[in-house]
Amino acid sequence: MATLQSLDIRRRSASTETPPQVRQAPVEVAKLIDVSKCIGCKACQAACLEWNDLSLSQPIGETNGTYNNPTDLTPASWTVMRYAEYENGDDLEWLIRKDGCMHCADPGCLKACPSPGAIVQYTNGIVDFVSENCIGCGYCVKGCPFNVPRISKVDNKAYKCTLCSDRVAVGQAPACAKACPTQAIYFGSKDDMIVHAEERIADLKDRGFEHAGLYNPPGVGGTHVMYVLNHADKPSLYSGLPDDPSISPLVSLWKGVVKPLSLAAIAFAGVAGFLHYITKGPNEVSEAEEHEADKLAGDKRA
Amino acid sequence: MSNDKRDVSRYTTAARINHWITATSLILLALSGLSLFHPGLFFLTNLFGGGQSTRAIHPWIGLVLAVSFLLLFVRFVSLNFWKPEDTVWMKNLGKVINNHEEGLPELGKYNAGQKLVFWGQSILILVLFVSGLVLWDVYFYDATTIEQKRIAMVAHSVCAIAAILIWIVHMYAVIWVKGTLRAMTRGTVTRGWGFRHHRKWFRQEVGKP
Amino acid sequence: MTNSWNDIKNADVILIMGGNAAEAHPCGFKWVVEAKAHNGAKLVVVDPRFTRSAAVADFYAPIRPGTDIAFLSGVMRYLLGAGKIQQEYVKAFTNAGYIVKEGFKFEDGLFAGYDEAKKNYVDRSTWDYEFDEQGMAKVDDTLQHPRCVINLLKTHVDRYTPEMVERICGTPKDKFLKVCELIASTSTGDRSMTSMYALGWTQHTTGAQNIRSMAMIQLLLGNIGIPGGGVNALRGHSNVQGITDLALLSTSTPGYLVLPTDREATYADYMKSRRFKPQRPGQTSFWQNYEKFFVSQQKSFFGAAATKDNDWAYDYLPKFDVPYDALKIIDVMAAGQMNGLFCQGMNIMMAGPNKTKIRNGLSKLKWLVSIDPLETETARFWENHGEFNDVDPKSIQTEVFQLPATAFAEEEGSATNSSRLIQWHWKAAEGPGESRGDIQIISDLRARLRALYAKEGGAFPDPILNLAWNYSDPGNPDPAEVLKDINGYALEDVPDPADPAKLLLRAGQLLPTFGVMRDDGKTSGGCWIYTGVYTEAGNMAQRRNASDPTGKGVYPNWGFSWPANRRILYNRASADAAGKPWSERKKYMWWNGSKWTGPDVPDYAPTVPPDKAVGPFIMNQEGTARLFARTGMPDGPFPEHYEAMDAFIANPLHPKVSRNPVVRVFAADAKSFGTPDKFPIVATTYRLTEHFHYWTKNAHANAVLQPELFVEMGERLAKAKGIQSGDWVEVTSQRGSIKAKAAVTKRIRPIMVDGKPCDIVGVPIHYGFIGLTRKAHPVNTLTPPVGDVSAQTPEFKAFLVDVKKTTPPAQAAATA
Repeated sequence: MATLQSLDIRRRSASTETPPQVRQAPVEVAKLIDVSKCIGCKACQAACLEWNDLSLSQPIGETNGTYNNPTDLTPASWTVMRYAEYENGDDLEWLIRKDGCMHCADPGCLKACPSPGAIVQYTNGIVDFVSENCIGCGYCVKGCPFNVPRISKVDNKAYKCTLCSDRVAVGQAPACAKACPTQAIYFGSKDDMIVHAEERIADLKDRGFEHAGLYNPPGVGGTHVMYVLNHADKPSLYSGLPDDPSISPLVSLWKGVVKPLSLAAIAFAGVAGFLHYITKGPNEVSEAEEHEADKLAGDKRA
Repeated sequence: MSNDKRDVSRYTTAARINHWITATSLILLALSGLSLFHPGLFFLTNLFGGGQSTRAIHPWIGLVLAVSFLLLFVRFVSLNFWKPEDTVWMKNLGKVINNHEEGLPELGKYNAGQKLVFWGQSILILVLFVSGLVLWDVYFYDATTIEQKRIAMVAHSVCAIAAILIWIVHMYAVIWVKGTLRAMTRGTVTRGWGFRHHRKWFRQEVGKP
Repeated sequence: MTNSWNDIKNADVILIMGGNAAEAHPCGFKWVVEAKAHNGAKLVVVDPRFTRSAAVADFYAPIRPGTDIAFLSGVMRYLLGAGKIQQEYVKAFTNAGYIVKEGFKFEDGLFAGYDEAKKNYVDRSTWDYEFDEQGMAKVDDTLQHPRCVINLLKTHVDRYTPEMVERICGTPKDKFLKVCELIASTSTGDRSMTSMYALGWTQHTTGAQNIRSMAMIQLLLGNIGIPGGGVNALRGHSNVQGITDLALLSTSTPGYLVLPTDREATYADYMKSRRFKPQRPGQTSFWQNYEKFFVSQQKSFFGAAATKDNDWAYDYLPKFDVPYDALKIIDVMAAGQMNGLFCQGMNIMMAGPNKTKIRNGLSKLKWLVSIDPLETETARFWENHGEFNDVDPKSIQTEVFQLPATAFAEEEGSATNSSRLIQWHWKAAEGPGESRGDIQIISDLRARLRALYAKEGGAFPDPILNLAWNYSDPGNPDPAEVLKDINGYALEDVPDPADPAKLLLRAGQLLPTFGVMRDDGKTSGGCWIYTGVYTEAGNMAQRRNASDPTGKGVYPNWGFSWPANRRILYNRASADAAGKPWSERKKYMWWNGSKWTGPDVPDYAPTVPPDKAVGPFIMNQEGTARLFARTGMPDGPFPEHYEAMDAFIANPLHPKVSRNPVVRVFAADAKSFGTPDKFPIVATTYRLTEHFHYWTKNAHANAVLQPELFVEMGERLAKAKGIQSGDWVEVTSQRGSIKAKAAVTKRIRPIMVDGKPCDIVGVPIHYGFIGLTRKAHPVNTLTPPVGDVSAQTPEFKAFLVDVKKTTPPAQAAATA
C-alpha cells in the first residue's frame, strides 16, 4: 500500500497555481463498497467516529422508527448507513448502503469552493477538506452532486469523509475498511478495485442479479468510492443514490462563464466610462445656464 | 446647510444619511461578495478580517442594505414613475451622452437614466435579498432544497454583477455630470445645475415660497 | 460449536435459523461472507423478521416465533421421504438401526411414562434400546425392524407435512419446500451444510429440543464431523463459552462434570451412575474416565485435604435438592427466602425474565453486591426513574454494595470463544478509579471469609478452610497461574504404565493431556477439557501462528481449542466406515493404512484402525450419535412441537397438550401467562448490532448509533392500529407493559397461522433506565418467568402481547 500514499495536490480550490508535475503520479486509490456483502452493522460508522475523534461531537439523537441513526450525514458523522426496504415482486430486499463522500474525479465541491486551498484533490484521487482554510460558505454543499458536505454550527466549517487521507498517507486503509467485519469495504488501487468488483459482479450474476454492476459514475469523471450494486441499473433504489450524477449545470454556469463574463463586464463599464470622459469630457453647467437659472429664479421671486 | 442663497436644496439630511448608508453597505457588499465570487478577488476578504468573517458579515450588511434601501425606495418611489418626457429623453440618449441636452424636454427631479438606476436597483436588491436569505445557511439551511440553493446562487451572482454595473453607471454619472456630488454631500445643487438637468424640478423648487 | 468459526467458509449451504449472525455476530459473519464469495455457498435464513442476515441471504423464509421444531421436523420428513439422507453415514455413525424397547410410545402429545400429577415423565424406562445379555444394544443393520430408531423417527415426523408446517409456522408451503430442497442438497458426501444458531433457539421452553432437531437433520445429512458442517452455537459474549465450560450451569462443576444431588449422599452413590460402560463392542465411551477427571478436579479444589480416605473430599461439595438456576434464584428471592445476592458481571434486572418479579425479589434482600465495571439497573433497582422504574426508595431496605470491577481490556487472561478456542488476551489499559479485577475481588473475599471461619468455626468450615489457593500472590493471583491450575499438573511422580521403570510425569509437571489424569490423587486438574492449554511447552492460549497448511481453516497452532486442540468435533465421521474420505472436496481426517491423519487431532487414539469400528461419537456409550435421545432429554427422546407458554394457537397436533408438558412453573407464576384473546400479537425479543447487551448503552458512540428503544411491527398490524413509524406505542403482556417508538417495517412479513393472520412485533433488549441512551422500559417487563425444560434458559423469544398507540412517557425527553 505504500505506493498509494501521496499528499501531492492535483487540484486546489480557488487557485490558479500549477500543481507539481515533475514527480510521477502515484496510483489512484479507491474504496469499493460491496453492498452484497454489507450487513449494515455500522462498524464503519463507529470506526469513523472513533478514528476521526468525532464521537462526542455527535449528539445522541432519537429513533425515528428506522435503523438510520444518525438519520443523515452530519458535521460529525461523515458516513451513515442508509436502509431501504424494496419489494422486488414477492421478494423483499433490504438494501443497505454506506453513504458518504464519493471522492469524485471531478469534484463539484472543489469546483464551487471560493476559498483558496480549502478543498484539495490529492494526486491519489482523495478529495480532502482543509479545515483551516474553510470559510463556511456552504458552496461545496451546492457543488456536490451527492449531497455530502455538512457545515458545522459549532465552527462554521464544512466536514465530510477524508477517505482517511491521514491513514492512507502512511499506507493504511481507511478506518471504515479496517473495521468492516465482512470485507464489504475494500481499499486499494482503483484498478485493483475494479478487477475485484468484476469478480463480485460475476458471483452476483450467478445468483440471479442480472443487473449487478459497478457504480463508478462517468458524469463526475468516475469516483474514488465505488459501489458493487445488485441492481446497478437502478442506483436510486439504494436510498436515493443518484442514477446519473454530474455537477449541476447551474453550478457549472456559476463557476464557469459567469465568473469571467462578470469581471469583463465590470472592466468594460469602467473602461467605457473612462473613454467617454476623455473623449466627451465632463457635463458642465455653462455660464449662460447659470444666468438663465438666476433669471428664472429671480423672475419667479419677483 | 448652505447659506448661499443661490443654492437649491435637493436632498434633506435624512435622505442623504439614508443614501449614504445604502451606498456604504452596497459597496461593502460588493467587495465582500466579489471576494467570495472570484478566486482572484479572494484577497478582498482581508478587508473584513478574513474568509470566515467575510462570510459571516456579508449577509448582515445585506440586511442593512435591504432595510436602508427600502426606506430609500419609499422616499423616492413617487418621483420615479415613468413620464412621457422620459421616453423622449431615452430616444435622445445619444445626445445626452454627447453632452448635448439642449432641445430635450424639461425634466422633473429625475431623468430617465436615474429612474432606470432606481428601478434596476430596486428589482435587483429584491432578488438579491430573497436569494441571499436562501443562501444564508446559518439560519435558513433547512428551509430550501439544494437545487433551490443552486438557483439562488446563480441568481444572486448575476444580480449582484448587474447591480455593480448599475452602480458603476451611477458613479460615473456623478463624475461626468459636474455639480452632482454635492447634492448628496451638501444636499444642494447650484441653480445652473438644476436649470440644466432638471428644469421642471428647478421651476418647482424656485416657485416655492 | 462442533466446528469452528473459520470452518464456516467450507460450507456449501449455510442455514441461519434461531439466530441472526449478521446482527449479533458480525465479526464471525465474515466466514459466511467468505463461504459465499469463494465457496459458492447459498445462505438460507429462516426468521420471524427479515433480519440483517436475511439482507445478504440467497433465500429467506418467515416463521412464527417458537415453532422451529415443527419446521425442522417437517424438514426431517422431507429428507426421509425423498431419500435425501446420507445412507451410509446414518447407518455407520448414528443409532438409526438400534432397536427401541417395547412399550415406548408417543400419543396425543405425550411420550410413554408421563405422570399427570407430577407434570413430569417419571418412568423413562422405555426410552431406551433393547440390550443383549452382554449389555450391548441390539441393532438391526437392515433398518427394517419396526421399532428401530429410524422407523420410529419416520412415524414421529410423518405428521409434519408441508401443510402442517405452514399451518403451525406460518411459513408458506412453497418457501418451506424451497428451504428443504436447499438443505437436502447437502445429503451427498461432497457437500455440507452448517447450522448457525444462538438464543433464537435456546430461549424457548423447547430450547434444547430445537437444537436437537437440527442435530438430527445434520446427522441424517451426514454433516457432523466434516468441514463446513456441524451444529454451531454462536455464543453471545467473548467468553461465555469459557464460563459455561467452567460451570455456569448450577448443576455442573467445571468440564461438565455433575454436581451431586442430595440423593447421592456418598461418593459410592455418586460414582455408581457415572462410570459409563460401552454399549456397543469396542467403543471408547469417554465417560469411562469420569472418576479420573473428578478426582483430579477435587485435588485441584481442595489439594492435600482431598484424600482417598475422605473420598476425595466428596463431602465438601454442595448437594442440591433442586437446581438453583437463575429462574429459581429469582423465585426464591421473590418469596423472601433469600438474604443476599452477589451479581458479578450480571445485570439480573435486565437479563432475567419478568422484571417486576426480579425487582420485588431484590427489594426483599438484606443485601445485594454488584460487581461490575458499569452502573447497572440491578445496582440501581431501588432508584426512582419515573415510569421506567417506578419504585419508592423509602420502602426498600436492601443494602447495596457496588464493587467496581475492571472491564475485559483492563485485565489479562484467557477467553474461550464459540469455536471452543481458548485465546489469551493482554491488558490494554489500567482500570479507572477504584476498580479491581474480578480475581482480586474474589480473592479478597475468600481471604476475609476464611479468616472469619478460622476464627469463628461455624457449622462446616472445612471446605472454605481447606480450599486450595496455591498462588504466589494469594490476594491477587496471576491469571496465568489460574490457567495452570485449570490445566492441571502432577502432584507426585507418575510412572509410565507401559514401563514402570520410566516416569510418565514428574511431580509438578503440567499435564500435557487429560489422557494422563489419574483417579488415585496423583494428578490435579480443575477442568479436564481444558487440559493441554498450559503445558511445559508454555501457554498454548498465547499461540498466534496464523498458518493453515491445508487451507481448511484449521489453524492448529493458533490458541488452543478444547478438547485436545481438536478443531472439529467427531472428525472421525469425515471418513466413511472404512476410513476413506467421503469425497475429495470434504477430505479432512482419514485412515492412511497405519493411522488417522489429516489437519486436525483425531477423536481417539490415532492408531486405532477403522475395522475396530470405534464410533466417532466418543461421549456416547454406544459410540454413535443419537437420533433417538434415550433418556437424555426431559421432554422426550424425539423433539415435538409444543406452543410457547403464551400459546398463540391450540397446538394443531394435540390440542390437549398444547404446551411443553414438563415445563417448570413456579406456584407464584401460575397466573403469569397470557392468552390470545387478550394478547393477540406474537412478540419476540432480539439484539441489535449497535449494542452489546446492557453494556454499550453506556458508550457514547454506540448510543449515537442506536439511541432509543423501538418496537418493530409489520405494515398490516400498523395499519390496523393506525400506527406510523415514530409514534409512541404501548406494548402489554400478561406480565406488564412498556412504551416505545414504533418502527413500522416491511421486514415483518404478514403471515397466516392456523387460518388466521399472525402479527409479530419485535423488541430489542438493550435499553433501560441507566446509561447514555434514552431512558426506556426494560423489555423483560414483558417476558414470561419460565425456561427451557432442559437448561432453564428463559423464554424470551416467543410470547403474546397487545399493542396500541399511546402518548410519550413522562420522561422521554430526558437523557441520563
